[in-house]
Amino acid sequence: MTDTYEHHDYDVLIIGAGGAGLRAAIEAKQRGLRVAIVTKSLLGKAHTVMAEGGMAAALGNVYPEDNWQVHFRDTMRGGKYLNNYRMAELHAKEAPARVLELEQWGALFDRTPTGKILQRDFGGHRYARLAHVGDRTGLELIRTLQQKVVSMGTDVFMECKVLRLVHDDSGRAAGAVAYWRATGEFVTFAAKAVVLATGGLGKSWEFTSNSWECTGDGHAMALWAGARLIDMECVQFHPTGMVWPLSVRGLLVTEGVRGDGGVLRNSEGQRFMFNYVAPMFRDETAESEEEGDRWYEDHNAGRRPPELLPRDEVARAINAEVKAGRGSPHGGVFLDIATRRSPEFIRRRLPSMYHQFMELAGVDITREAMEIGPTCHYAMGGVQVDADTAATAVPGLFAAGEVAGGMHGANRLGGNSLSDLVVFGRRAGMAAADWAESGGAATSMDGGEVEAAVAAALAPFEREAGESPYDVHHALQQMMQANVGIIRTQSELDEAKERLVGFTERVNNVRVTGGRAYNPGWNLATDLPSMITVSRCVTEGARLRTESRGGHTREDFPTADDRLGTLNFAQTCPGGAWDGEYRIEESPLLTMPAELKALLEEAH
Amino acid sequence: MAEVTMRIWRGDASGGEFASYTLAQNEGEVVLDVVHRIQATDAPDLACRWNCKAGKCGSCSAEINGKPRLMCMTRMDSLPEGPVTIAPMRTFPVIRDLVTDVSFNFVRAQQVPALLPPPMPEGGYVMFQEDVERGQEFRQCIECFMCQDVCHVIRDHEGNKQHYAGPRFFIRYAELEMHPLDQNDRREYLREEMGLGYCNITKCCTEVCPEHIKITDNAIIPLKERVVDAHYDPLAWLGRAIRRKRKVSAADADVQPAP
Repeated sequence: MTDTYEHHDYDVLIIGAGGAGLRAAIEAKQRGLRVAIVTKSLLGKAHTVMAEGGMAAALGNVYPEDNWQVHFRDTMRGGKYLNNYRMAELHAKEAPARVLELEQWGALFDRTPTGKILQRDFGGHRYARLAHVGDRTGLELIRTLQQKVVSMGTDVFMECKVLRLVHDDSGRAAGAVAYWRATGEFVTFAAKAVVLATGGLGKSWEFTSNSWECTGDGHAMALWAGARLIDMECVQFHPTGMVWPLSVRGLLVTEGVRGDGGVLRNSEGQRFMFNYVAPMFRDETAESEEEGDRWYEDHNAGRRPPELLPRDEVARAINAEVKAGRGSPHGGVFLDIATRRSPEFIRRRLPSMYHQFMELAGVDITREAMEIGPTCHYAMGGVQVDADTAATAVPGLFAAGEVAGGMHGANRLGGNSLSDLVVFGRRAGMAAADWAESGGAATSMDGGEVEAAVAAALAPFEREAGESPYDVHHALQQMMQANVGIIRTQSELDEAKERLVGFTERVNNVRVTGGRAYNPGWNLATDLPSMITVSRCVTEGARLRTESRGGHTREDFPTADDRLGTLNFAQTCPGGAWDGEYRIEESPLLTMPAELKALLEEAH
Repeated sequence: MAEVTMRIWRGDASGGEFASYTLAQNEGEVVLDVVHRIQATDAPDLACRWNCKAGKCGSCSAEINGKPRLMCMTRMDSLPEGPVTIAPMRTFPVIRDLVTDVSFNFVRAQQVPALLPPPMPEGGYVMFQEDVERGQEFRQCIECFMCQDVCHVIRDHEGNKQHYAGPRFFIRYAELEMHPLDQNDRREYLREEMGLGYCNITKCCTEVCPEHIKITDNAIIPLKERVVDAHYDPLAWLGRAIRRKRKVSAADADVQPAP
């Protein structure tokens, strides 16, 4: 097998070069191990680069009363208590150190007047907590980590797409099989430990803020390899995506617009969010526009405006306004910062948004309101991991970042993703290094798995007739958007489940033309099994979660169910075949220690 | 709806030619939308590199009607009437169609001596907004490499790539040199190994930067001044003359390794 294809041996193999993968690499490399990062794009282009608003960490630079306990509480409340509490705890405790260390590696965050890292307000966070650089914080994070990784001499395999994980003969993770996009040649990586850091899965929906890379590869490969996926029904629809022009529909508009004073209005000019404050948030939300405006100046002079409720609440409200006929001309609502802040302030705080609307929509956001609507943004669900080590159910396989599940529960707060990447990226890197050094790691790869993956990848070239991968992808996106979107109901989910059986057959009948060198049609064909896999898991979880909680909203079950609030739905793929049978079962939440429970019950 | 003709370069390292595709034009589309529609219909194997489609990742650089642009940020209705020509960036070797081999830039990135800060005090470093602002301007770079593509020093003289970092890396060096925490000194290295002197400040890089970074005025010219100051300072000259005898590589003289 190792003679057939280009082959590499490493101690730690990291799949994905976004924030989590890069941070894991730094940690493993510091231990003196042989580390490789494999990415299907160029280095520095991963979806992390698109993060805008900031990274949440209770540094207490703007509000000294902030601390990890409040951050923990906000995260759990935002997640509607479905979170893995231990992940939320570690995240809240460790995020400040992870932010500070970035400055040792060259990051330049915006500053307070006393020279500390400035922090901004975001939905669901009680205090101004997000370290940021204007509205391009993701770029700062990925560039800082990328430059650190490069300065350490880490091997990076760019535009090299991993197709399948490979086990040894006793079921431990032993490496992966991939192909070089430039040549179409296959390559195998043997590794003692494998870290999945592959990000999200939004590309199964038609309107999404996600880049083309977010096809759920890691979710799917982990499932096929024997890991468990949890909370897959919990998909976040970010309230503010662009809606016009159609070609950019779904493109993200940062929550920072609202954090910096922007408000939502319907076609009648009304700030409708005041009508959508759920009982759970009533005590901490302003009752009038005047009170909300006072809060921007001083958080102790009023309560937060309802535009800054968690994302699931805001997205549902926008959806309801549009449905009630009070939407904007292109089917969204208005996001207005022009009447509330000076042009200079807007251009300084939100330069990318200014640029994005000016160039793509011809809208000057310092003078006009933006038209926005919900867009598929983030997968709360993912691979079930041990909080402390990021270990999955497969020995030697670790997962961190968006591909991992549990940290954010049923809904992620804005700003908690970038901090998640570095907190759990580091932990995954440490644990992978420990495993690689432990002597318990795999030493050989199952050649049969490699050959099967190669054969599956090449099959679309061998069909004499068949469908275009682009057509199948587009049809899948439309179906998922229509049936498994922001508001769900049993009949539509049942229909989706049935149609996904048909999509599975269509993927098995896809035909690719042209050569193997940098063939985007072929690359898409290799993404389709992952996209179908995650679509199946999201649909099945959504069918069984007969309640509304966080990012998962059921029209036919509009309230939360106490029993379902005590469990995750966990999915497995017993045969390892992407088009085979998956199973779903109830998996009880971890029991929270009394002292953490007490934090949740404290008055705000 | 009006039709548009796209002339797209198809080929690989062994050669190629422009192929024409005619299709309907939709309101509000950018060039990348049209390329995607061609992929989904007439040319499923048409190679182009892209990621975010939002002007944030810098992947989809190409020469549109002869000028380097991001395909995702170029609206079709901003281009003059008539066929639209898309070619790969000329300064880099072609892989296929619109995709080029930009590994030159990743090699140059490896050669940048990293930030060398003092140990971090308890509670983090203190830096003021006015001191980080210049560095923040340079850190807006999305690495689209269009400044490299358009730079005459390497666009027209392949051999210069051996000893020239290019505008993208001059702003990186400038950022580090102006970083409030940095204790490294890369000035002599820049002059001797990275070819700063080759730049004759024609500002082509500044003109194509999609982030509107003032590459020439804010990075290259100040760097040149610093390098000149360092090089012609008599004490520094003496120091170099003594050290040069035992210097084994550029990276170990004035420049210290990354922490």
